[in-house]
Amino acid sequence: MAYSVDFNLRPIMELELESLRGDDTAQDSMKGTGLESGSRETLEMEVLTTEGRDRLASQMSDVRERADERSEESIQTNLLVRKRWSTTTLRVLSSMPSRSIGQQSRLEIISQCNIRSTQLRRYHRQTQDVSLSSRPSIRGYGIEADSEDVCEEETKRQELVNNLQSLSAGDRVRLLRATPLSLAEKTKLRKLVFSDKVGQSLLSSQVPCCSLLKRALCHIWFGCLFILSSLQLWQVALKRLGGRFGTGVLSYFLFIRTLLLFNVFLFLINGLFLVLPQAIYPPLHTPSSHRVTGLELFTGTGYLSNSLMFYGYYTNSTINTSCRPDEATAGTGCGTTSDPHMMAYNIPLAYCFTIGITFFITGIVLVYSMSKSFGRSFRVFKSQGNMAIKVFCSWDFKVSKKMSVRMQSENITTQLKELLSEVKGGEEEKGRLSGMAVHLLAWSISLGSTFFCALGIHCFAKYMHLRRLEDAEGEVSVLHEARLLALPGVVSCGNLLLPGLFNLVSWMENFNSPIVRLYVSIFRNLLLKVSILGVLCYHWLGKIAAEPEQHGLQCWESFVGQELYRFLLVDFIFTALYTVFGEFIWKRFSQGVLRRRRKPVFDIARNVLELIYGQTLTWLGLLFTPLLPAVQILKLLLLFHMKKSSLLVNCQASRKPWRASQMSTLFISLLCFPSFLGAIVSVTYTILTIKPSSGCGPFRNLPFMFHSGKQWAQELKSTNHKLAWLNWVHHCLVENPLFLFLLAGVFLMVIYIHTQVLDGQRKTISLLQKQIENEGKDKKFLITSLQAIHEKRQYPLSPSSRPQGSEV
Amino acid sequence: MGTTASQLGKDLLSEYQELTFLTKQEILLAHKRYSELLSKEDRNLTSVPMEKVLSLPELKSNPFRKRICHVFSTSDMKDGSLTFEDFLDLLSAFSDSATLEIKSHYAFRIFDFDDDGTLDGGDLEKLVNCLTGKTEDTRLTPEEMRQLISNILEESDIDKDGTVNLSEFQHVISRSPDFVSSFKIVL
Repeated sequence: MAYSVDFNLRPIMELELESLRGDDTAQDSMKGTGLESGSRETLEMEVLTTEGRDRLASQMSDVRERADERSEESIQTNLLVRKRWSTTTLRVLSSMPSRSIGQQSRLEIISQCNIRSTQLRRYHRQTQDVSLSSRPSIRGYGIEADSEDVCEEETKRQELVNNLQSLSAGDRVRLLRATPLSLAEKTKLRKLVFSDKVGQSLLSSQVPCCSLLKRALCHIWFGCLFILSSLQLWQVALKRLGGRFGTGVLSYFLFIRTLLLFNVFLFLINGLFLVLPQAIYPPLHTPSSHRVTGLELFTGTGYLSNSLMFYGYYTNSTINTSCRPDEATAGTGCGTTSDPHMMAYNIPLAYCFTIGITFFITGIVLVYSMSKSFGRSFRVFKSQGNMAIKVFCSWDFKVSKKMSVRMQSENITTQLKELLSEVKGGEEEKGRLSGMAVHLLAWSISLGSTFFCALGIHCFAKYMHLRRLEDAEGEVSVLHEARLLALPGVVSCGNLLLPGLFNLVSWMENFNSPIVRLYVSIFRNLLLKVSILGVLCYHWLGKIAAEPEQHGLQCWESFVGQELYRFLLVDFIFTALYTVFGEFIWKRFSQGVLRRRRKPVFDIARNVLELIYGQTLTWLGLLFTPLLPAVQILKLLLLFHMKKSSLLVNCQASRKPWRASQMSTLFISLLCFPSFLGAIVSVTYTILTIKPSSGCGPFRNLPFMFHSGKQWAQELKSTNHKLAWLNWVHHCLVENPLFLFLLAGVFLMVIYIHTQVLDGQRKTISLLQKQIENEGKDKKFLITSLQAIHEKRQYPLSPSSRPQGSEV
Repeated sequence: MGTTASQLGKDLLSEYQELTFLTKQEILLAHKRYSELLSKEDRNLTSVPMEKVLSLPELKSNPFRKRICHVFSTSDMKDGSLTFEDFLDLLSAFSDSATLEIKSHYAFRIFDFDDDGTLDGGDLEKLVNCLTGKTEDTRLTPEEMRQLISNILEESDIDKDGTVNLSEFQHVISRSPDFVSSFKIVL
């Protein structure tokens, strides 16, 4: 029979614990300043002055014990909770390694650091019993580390210092940084480690680069990091937003910053390799007379259409840098003498390669950040319990305003109550059929509206083209130019209004969990934008590009570029208008007329999808408008400040829970998959299958755009035999389908192996959990035996102190 | 120590840069803010009392502010006063680049209200009360509290000893990808 834990002895327990706290020696053991006091106790218990208290406590408990026998199950869970243990047992309990880790036990932490540094040193021959967790096994240095006095700490410290000295500099820095000691301690350690070296900074020298190349790469990497970190764009603003609205809204603004960096990269590469050379050596063209009205900035026509902005401006020849600018005309290039020092810059080739390389690098960066983001948010062992996570992890320490802190508390309370009621009650039985019908209705409404919107845009676009043909026959007037803005306007209207409809529809449906509602809404919005973009692409690439004469265009690429430019601008204008009128006026309305106390909520999903839409337009237009990233950069800058001010003035934090990291993963994957992939597909389609116009652009007179690359390859084969193998490589790898099959097969195998590894890890985790449970049972058993032996020694004549050391 | 000097020495700055997760700008900013806390008092003091630290806008409304001061304070009097190095420790643990291990270690100590090395029922109850706020209508009923605590222990107490120790806490934390981004304080 085990010793029952008696909750009714509470007053006496508290008294005992109070007096224990007042007692100095016991207090030390509670704080656990080390293993010193605990390990001094052996199983031969010393007679303590608190004996009297123990006796009283145990006598009272004996009475209770005889009164009611408890069943074993109720004992088991609470056996180690401090209720009626003797001081000695309590002292042993409190200095157990698993409990004293969390405290400021310097010896513990130093020893831990020791182990880790030894591990780093013996990296290749890592033994399996040295556990990596913070919970040392009893076998280790734990209780056996008899620390009679402070000398032990010194020896441990010296050992650590020796270990640290034998590590490489980078490892040393990382280890010191990651140790949870106080800064004063770390300074002392560092001084000891470097006592024989005269004051050197680790970061500046002795970076472990073994070769010159590695050293150069390290320097470049640190330089980039430094630049990126000092480019703390909008740091103050982001902090303010995070402090008031929390991590969810902050993720939207961080997304804007990411997109801005992407566009800056696109702009730099394009500008450097494409725009700059053409700007320095402009091609000759007949100056056309255009009236300068302000409308050109919006429509992209007029004097802008023959500028660096659009495809039509670029020449299809090679620029020779030794020529005088006025000789660099379209044609065969200037000068008959081939000057060996002359640098020839082939514009069509540069165009093709620059665009290709920017897309390639952007794709790699996107896939890399997506996989990193996925890795962060994916967990191997998904267990059901959410409550512990919610209690431990949900407090956002960034929030600093009082109102927001209060709102956060309310949020957390609501979520906890919901979780509790879910666990208690299970789910209610809803009318299945009616729920299904509502869902069907909602889906049909949203899909139907999307379809009709796409159809409408298609018809309207056709109509607008007919109107444009008519206008082109007449004279050019401002009204005709302004009509060009009609299609973008209609599309932006659809983009703004339909999500509102979707919101209404989803409010009608009752979703079980807010996360499902969020995903459904994101999916519907995505579908809308994909269908709109699909219709437009079909229109541009399928209709206009295929038969440009029918639409009265000499240079269809410039036209498509202009269309995209107009779309981007009008989208921005409509967003600005919506922010001002929609959010500001809605707030006035809801507070004034509807008398609602709460301000409108910032809809993160919808705003992020709009950003992704804008970025897709930019990527689509890159081939036709090399300067489009610059427009997007300006747009993003203005959007950031606009949304920030609007948020601070009009909106308040949302009440719904927002899983920031999962959402960031979702947004990056949406940016990668539908958006970037779609852009790549359409650009590839354009390059491979559509005939470029013969009157303008760098690819005129070629049957397809990629022929410029092919021609260059042919030239290379004939002129420079050393590089001919490149052609052969290209022929074998890219054009041969067998190679692609092999590659796909290898990827599938890798994925399969990873899946199996994951499975194995899951099994290992559950086995380890079982093992820890068993060790916990052992611990309980030992502690109760300890207590039993102690009591047996104290009261050898007491009938209840039978040496039944078993826990059950 | 250089806490009261108006300028941080270069050596000290580089040393702090190596030993903490803070960048140079962050350390200088921390020094500036710390000196402002000291400015109204005697300049020879090396540590700032807890009340002054709690007047920082980043900590003012945080329900865990007192625990944070106690955890990072190395003063012998256990009064929660922070020297400049304690302040840097605080910022480093709450910074962007601190590892999950450091953050979970300090989070555990902050949540351990009675400083006994584990999170038992009393600690969990105080934690939930801090989370839910001070007003009466946001607090949980005792019934709900009891159920919540028993659920938490069921989910996170692997060795079934009735308390959550550091390893179990870190195990729970590792399952939540949001912890690192929410355990942040930026000056």
